[in-house]
Amino acid sequence: MSKVSEQSIRAEALESLLIEKGLLTPEHVDEVIVRYNERVGPMNGARVVAKAWTDPEYRTRLLADGTAAVAEFEFEGGQVEKLVVVENTDEIHNVVVCTLCSCYPWAMLGLPPAWYKDPEYRSRIVREPREVLKEFDVTVGEDVAVRVWDSSAEVRYLVLPQQPEALCGFDETELAAHVTRESMIGVAVL
Amino acid sequence: MVNGEVVFEAPWQSRIFGMARVLSEQGLFSWDEFRERLIAEIAVWDKANSREIPYHYWDHFLAALTRLVDEKKLVYRDELISQEKVFTDRPHGHDH
Repeated sequence: MSKVSEQSIRAEALESLLIEKGLLTPEHVDEVIVRYNERVGPMNGARVVAKAWTDPEYRTRLLADGTAAVAEFEFEGGQVEKLVVVENTDEIHNVVVCTLCSCYPWAMLGLPPAWYKDPEYRSRIVREPREVLKEFDVTVGEDVAVRVWDSSAEVRYLVLPQQPEALCGFDETELAAHVTRESMIGVAVL
Repeated sequence: MVNGEVVFEAPWQSRIFGMARVLSEQGLFSWDEFRERLIAEIAVWDKANSREIPYHYWDHFLAALTRLVDEKKLVYRDELISQEKVFTDRPHGHDH
């Protein structure tokens, strides 16, 4: 039997036992899946970024206390009990990783992409960030510092990208449509 | 799909994620406890550091979950293995 079928059988066996023991129902599990398949995703983080770009007081609040500032939106998805938002500037480029597993601000960005969880990214972004960023088509100037933020059980990070000139004058909704997941992890600039 | 991209590569991944979240949300274990097991599973792979063995995140997630539910006496390893055998011995054509 292929490995994938083995995992599938194990998952099914586990679920059937948990159901049998009254520890959960399939509907509970379905609900979580639907939540992350349909409702929780980078469009949440994009709204936060767009608001920070258009509202200087919000931006200040967001950088001072990310957790409280994003709570104003009441997003579901979790993993933002302690959220720190780091802003990209002309002098600093920020990028986020979880070196040990896959910690990620779900409520802002949904579930992490495969490359973020991959051992290559997890180790190399800390050791050679500029090289890794180049592979993502991000060239960081010599005079720009690169800061790598390692997520943990305690803290999640979100990058506040710089607002591109081309998007000046747009309203929040329009701006949000241009903010990508990759820019909020720090592996893209807008 | 969210923003046009696939969140899980296979249904079993979504099921184990859902199970882990539900059990945690019900207080049967904390997400931190789950994370510790996940980190430990990943560390075993990292230490072996063998590029011949591909990295499969969800395999580690599943291993962490089965280990944790055993530790918490929710589903024992033996029971799981027995149940797997029941499903494996099923005649073909079973809809899952």
